[in-house]
Amino acid sequence: MGRLRQQILILHLSHSDLDASVVAWALYDGAKSADELQMQSGDQQEPPYRSALDAMRDGWFVIQIPTLPYFVRGQEHEVGHLPYEYVLERRVEVDG
Amino acid sequence: MARVPREHLLTAKQMAQFVTDGFLVFEGLVPKELNEAVHADQEAGKGYWHTSEAIRQVFEYLPVKGVIQSLVGENPVYDHSALHVVGPNQRHAQIWHADSIIDARPLAFDIQAMYFSADSTKENGATLVLPGSHLRRVSNASISRYKNILGQRQLTGPAGTIAFLHQGLWHCAQPNQTDRTRYMFKLRLRPGEEQRGLFNTEGYDDPEVRKIVGGFPHAWQGEMARAENVERAKLWRYVCGDDSVDTAFEGVLTRMHL
Repeated sequence: MGRLRQQILILHLSHSDLDASVVAWALYDGAKSADELQMQSGDQQEPPYRSALDAMRDGWFVIQIPTLPYFVRGQEHEVGHLPYEYVLERRVEVDG
Repeated sequence: MARVPREHLLTAKQMAQFVTDGFLVFEGLVPKELNEAVHADQEAGKGYWHTSEAIRQVFEYLPVKGVIQSLVGENPVYDHSALHVVGPNQRHAQIWHADSIIDARPLAFDIQAMYFSADSTKENGATLVLPGSHLRRVSNASISRYKNILGQRQLTGPAGTIAFLHQGLWHCAQPNQTDRTRYMFKLRLRPGEEQRGLFNTEGYDDPEVRKIVGGFPHAWQGEMARAENVERAKLWRYVCGDDSVDTAFEGVLTRMHL
């Protein structure tokens, strides 16, 4: 019987609706060995899913929904990290 | 350094593009002989600011000086430089990062010139940048878990290409799939004066220039693009030296008396 490993897919959306379009994405694959290449910065031009909802339909489970930004008076227009970050998980079996 | 002739300064359109994207790329700007001299120094292990006269000559070349003067003034301050090397057959990309540390200056900025003495290609690890990321307040590698972002772009171009980056721009080196070493020389310069009206400001409030600064060209910004647009409008006022010009979404700088 195989052992379970976790895959983490991070999707950044254009706004907070889970059906909003993906603007950035990253995959961390715990099923890969240390020798195998993980997703690298800049190695894809098209997102794997149109939205978080689209990924859910394909078997990904949302494990983090971001807290919505809090805008401090006087700094209303300041921008920083990507705010609408959804973390999804899939568990896959590996041999051995 | 002496003031360069006006024709070598950035135009209002170019400056608007810099303020919008956070960088400008000049493909093949540096002459062939200079590129070859620099590349030879780099191959010989002496391709640094203090060891390569050819490198210093690149930054004395009038078209290069014109861009620098437009961004950081007539007497910029040397901050630091580095030779970035990506070895042959390097499979790993560098993580996304913004250089240095969170900048406390609200509007003033340093620039980073990235100079490629040989062809910079997708295959040999041309630096990847995220257009429009320069105004984001992040801390160096706090963005490292990001991997792919809509609009990311490699700084490709023939030998002699130089990109001039706002210090805040997100970037990372890319894998080198060739069997030759890839070099990128980086020079960071601080402004030597207030960065107001340093470029060729003619037509800075013309409709075609306003369209560049006042637009929403970066899909990755999502709904935060409006806030970003306002921050950009503040920077545009600063570099134009005109605190009444307002390119912001719905004229909010005027509406809100900002």
